Parts: sequence; C-alpha cells; structure tokens
Amino acid sequence: MAWRLKRKRKDMPSGLWSKCSACGSMIYTKELLANLSVCPNCDFHHTVDGRRRIEITADPGTFVEYFTELRPSDRLGFVDKIPYSEKLAKAQQKTGNADACLAGTAEIGGVPVVLAVLDFSFMGGSMGEVVGEKIARATELAGERGLPLVIFSASGGARMHEGAISLMQMAKTCSALSVFREGGGFSISVMTNPTTGGVTASFASVCDILIGEPGALIGFAGPRVIQNTIRQELPEGFQRAEFLLEKGQIDRIVPRHRMREELGVILRYARPQAEAEAAARN
Amino acid sequence: MARSKKTAAQEALHALPFEKPIDDIRSRLQELEELAEQTSQDLSEEIRFYRDRLERVTREVYANLTPWDRVQVARHPDRPLTSDFIESCCEDWIELHGDGCFADDRAIVTGLATVDGVRMMLVGHRKGRETKERMACNFGSAHPEGYRKALRKMGLAGRMGLPILCLVNTPGAYPGVGAEERGQARAIAENIHEMFGIPVPIVAVILGEGGSGGALGIAVADRVGMMENAWYSVISPEGCASILWHSADGRERAAEALQLTAGPLFRLGIVDQVIPEPPGGAHRDPDGALAALKDQVLAWFEELLPLPADRLIADRRRKFRTMAASLDTLASAMDPARTGREPTPPVPEPGAEAARRPLPSAEKPPGGA
Ligand SMILES: [Zn+2]
Repeated sequence: MAWRLKRKRKDMPSGLWSKCSACGSMIYTKELLANLSVCPNCDFHHTVDGRRRIEITADPGTFVEYFTELRPSDRLGFVDKIPYSEKLAKAQQKTGNADACLAGTAEIGGVPVVLAVLDFSFMGGSMGEVVGEKIARATELAGERGLPLVIFSASGGARMHEGAISLMQMAKTCSALSVFREGGGFSISVMTNPTTGGVTASFASVCDILIGEPGALIGFAGPRVIQNTIRQELPEGFQRAEFLLEKGQIDRIVPRHRMREELGVILRYARPQAEAEAAARN
Repeated sequence: MARSKKTAAQEALHALPFEKPIDDIRSRLQELEELAEQTSQDLSEEIRFYRDRLERVTREVYANLTPWDRVQVARHPDRPLTSDFIESCCEDWIELHGDGCFADDRAIVTGLATVDGVRMMLVGHRKGRETKERMACNFGSAHPEGYRKALRKMGLAGRMGLPILCLVNTPGAYPGVGAEERGQARAIAENIHEMFGIPVPIVAVILGEGGSGGALGIAVADRVGMMENAWYSVISPEGCASILWHSADGRERAAEALQLTAGPLFRLGIVDQVIPEPPGGAHRDPDGALAALKDQVLAWFEELLPLPADRLIADRRRKFRTMAASLDTLASAMDPARTGREPTPPVPEPGAEAARRPLPSAEKPPGGA
C-alpha cells in the first residue's frame, strides 16, 4: 500500500530525449513512445498511464468509456500534508480523469470485452471507493452483456486516505467477481509494474487467467516494508513477474508488444457470447 | 480467569499512560482495603468513596479516549485473545491443524468448537500471550498457509453445515520473503473471494487489531462485530505515518485520520454492532468482555442459522457490494436484480473532454495539465 514510494521515479520524462530509469541509457523520446514505452536497450517495461494503456491494448477506436459519473469525495476529512480533497483535485487536473480507474467496452483482437484499467498516474493507481465501484460495475456489465472481462492493474494498493472504506473495496470487487464467475463469466487480470497491496490481494488475483508484464513488480507488501521487517537484502529479482512465474503464482508473462494479439488469442478460447449469456441466465 | 488476579506491581507494568488517574485511585483503594484488613479499623466509608470514584473516573477516562489510546487498549497484553475465548467460552474444542499443502501456520488457529451447545467452526488469529508463544504465533501475523488453512476449514464447515465464527486479531499479514514467494496476496484474495460462496452462516468479530487485508482475509461475514476498543483499517497507524510522513511519530495523527475505531466504522456500516467492553476496557475484565462477545455471536447465529444457503450467500454478496457506499454511489447504483438494465451512458463533464483527447505525446510536459 506504499504507492508513494514508487512515484518518485519519473518513468516517462518528456522532451526530446528520455533517460531509462532502469538502465540509464538515453533514448530518443519518440522512439521510446513508438516502442510502447519499452526501453529498446534493456527491455524494461515502463509504466504507462491509463489512457495510453487503453490506446495500445484496445483495437483502435473501439473503447467506449462508462461510469464517468462516479467521482471521489473526501469522506473522512483526511489530511496528510494537504487535504485529500485538494490531492484529488490536483490528480484530476493532472490526468483529466475523475479517479484512478477507466472502464468501458472495447474490442481486443476483434473480440468484444469489458476493459478496466487502473491509472498509475492518478495517485499511484490506488484503490478508493470509486476505483472499487468501477471495477465492480465493469464486472457486472461484463456479466450482463455476456462479455469477457479484462483488467489491467498498476497500483500501490488500497488508498489510505479513505481508511476502512478503501479496505472494503477489496471485498466489494471480489463480491462482484464471485457473482460473475458463478454466472459463467471469464476474466483475465494483467498485472503491470507495479501491482501491490490491496489490489493484488483482491480482484487482480482472483481472475481466471493471471498475466504479468515482463519485469513488473507484483506482490502484497512493498519491498521497503519487507526489508524493514526482515532486515536482510532481498533476493535478486524478488517480486518481479519472472519470480512469480517461477513460484507458480501467475499463468504467463506477456511482453507489451504481443499483449493485444495474445489477449485476442486467449479470449477466443472463452465460450461464445450467446452461450455465456445462457449460462448467466441459469 | 486465573490471570485476572494481579498484584499492583504487575498491573503498573502494563499500565497505559492515560490510565494513570485510574491506577492512582486503584492503588489508594487497595491500600485502604489492606489497612482495613490488617487493623480491623472501620474504613468502609472511605472505601465506598474510593470505589465510587474509581468507577466514575474509569468511565470518564474511557469515554474520552483518543483513537490512538484505543489502539493501545486493543494491543494491551492482558486483552482477551482467541485462545481465551476457546478456554473460557467453548465447552468443546477440537483443533484442526494445517493447510493440507505446506505447513501449519500457528498465527491462525482453526477447529471444531461448541459454545452454549452450538457447534461451529472456529477460525481465529492467534497472538499468544507469553513471549515464546507470541513468537511461535508470529505475533498474529499469518503467512499464506494460514489463510489457506482457514479457507480449507471454512470449506469443510460449509460441507458439514456448521456455522463459522472468525475472531480477528492481527496487526496485518506477514510481510516477508517466504510469504511473498508462496503468494500472500493471492491467498488473501482467494479467501475474500471464496468466502462469498460458503453456504453456512459466517460471523466475524474484530477482537483487538484488524490490520488491513490480513484481517479481511477472514472477515467476509454475514455479521461483523467489533469490540468497543478494537481498531480496524486499511493500514496500521504506524504504517500510515511512515508512508505519509516518513516516520512513526505521526501515529497519533494517523490513528485520528484513519478513523479506525468502532464508532466511525459503525456509522459507515462497515461493522454491524459494537460489542461493549466492561468499564476500563476488556483487559480489566476479560471474562466480562468475552461474555458480551459470546452473547452477541450466539444471538447472530440464532438469527442466521434458519436461513437457507442461497439467501445467506446472496445477502452476504449484497452486503459487501454496497458496503460503506457514499450517497452518490448508492444513488447511481445498479438495481440488485440487474436484469435488462440500460448501461450508464458516458456523461460529458468538465475534464472529460481533456480525458478523451489524443494520448500524451512526446511534447506533453511531465504531469502537465
Ligand atoms: Zn533501459
């Protein structure tokens, strides 16, 4: 739940040249963007914001956004350095989004889906009431329409500024997913750098197929918290997608360049829409 | 309970800072009582005066606890634990160990229990009381195998038709290398998800500490109770302070900001009932606290046991689907039946225009509006 730690690293500097935060090499920014923000030198998959994720994942022009009426509020009157309400306003101004989740219908590789994406550029993709509600509604929309559900996560976890309300989003999203699964729904969770805390410990881990992007940090506790607890160096590659694959925690690692295509292939294995709808009715 | 008889010295050892006015009166009272006994003087007038005063001051102090004070009460070494509930409220106790896969995590205890003739599956965090036991239980911080053990036993309860009682008391799930390797996040997620499908009544009570996902991993229940001086939140006050202010010093402030005590959580609808503790907190009268807990649990089981499984599951899912919803969210929430509903159309609004513009290009300044 330590989204703040991650934000320090400026993954995507703009300007003519960008410096890769992973290998330090200087890359022509246009080249980096054309390469889907994957470093051409070291292959590090830099975090992309929610809109960009949709752009590079959904088939061009197919995304229709839903649930934009949901807006967050500061229900606890939470103040850290500045009031949470101000923090929200700043993040909204910076990203142009109401909160850290974008959801709607789309096609991926020609297959209609419901797509939900967490936006790391909005308060570290942290989950408060609006994020939880959007994931739940996206899940329900997929159930109603008999569509597969695809969720991309990039999040430091539950949002502290909403206290126990944000904790309850873990249960809310899992409640919706349990109804969806019982109704014959099929879901894919893609965990990108970083996916930690209450997001990994809820909807991102209970989808039918779990995919990681190469090198993505995926875990429950943040590395700094673990290091402070055990007071030892962490093993090489700890909590990276490759580590999770080796430990049997995720199904596949899919590079960003192949993501749209592979999701399309997997989605075509899901039962046809009419059949899923029939299952949902029963 | 044998340990409720303590010497003044022992009590002083565990005294919480805000309890000083109470402790002062208590030691004065104790002196008078001893004096009366030794000298056969009639001090009944004075003793009665100090007893009344002790009661009044205790109530006053406890009526004005800050959130951080309550966190300390929740962690008091004499506070009743899951093991005390088993010892003093269960006529029958058959512990069932292990996750059937990797290990027997002692931070979560599971087993068959009978309380006032009601047979149930008990699942609870175990903190331990003495140092050695506390270490063996990892101070109540479970590993993935603890959550998997809990889920396995809850599944068994589902098949046996036994109601489930979950006693929550953890600072949080353990953040360690092995825990991550074996899928801590996934284990908690699966518990939360699978508890929505368990066909028997589930009651959860936050006994002391309700630390984040580690607590919720056994707290998806039809009824959620919370002891008066327990805390339950998304992160511990120390964790919150260290992230927001990079030090543990802000823990009082963090406890305040998180609204982690029973009152605010009851008002938000996150807990169904605040279970009152005896004056001066559960650590002053563990038996009294456990009796109140037991009565509430049994009342809830009486209410839930006659309900059919599909109703229990549907109600549980709806409860958490709409839990702590803001008025705005509720107002636009979907119909529970969710059939033939028109999807919410995208609504244009300030900022939405910008949101749908072509995506950040190389020219866009970092974080620019
Ligand atoms: Zn690089």
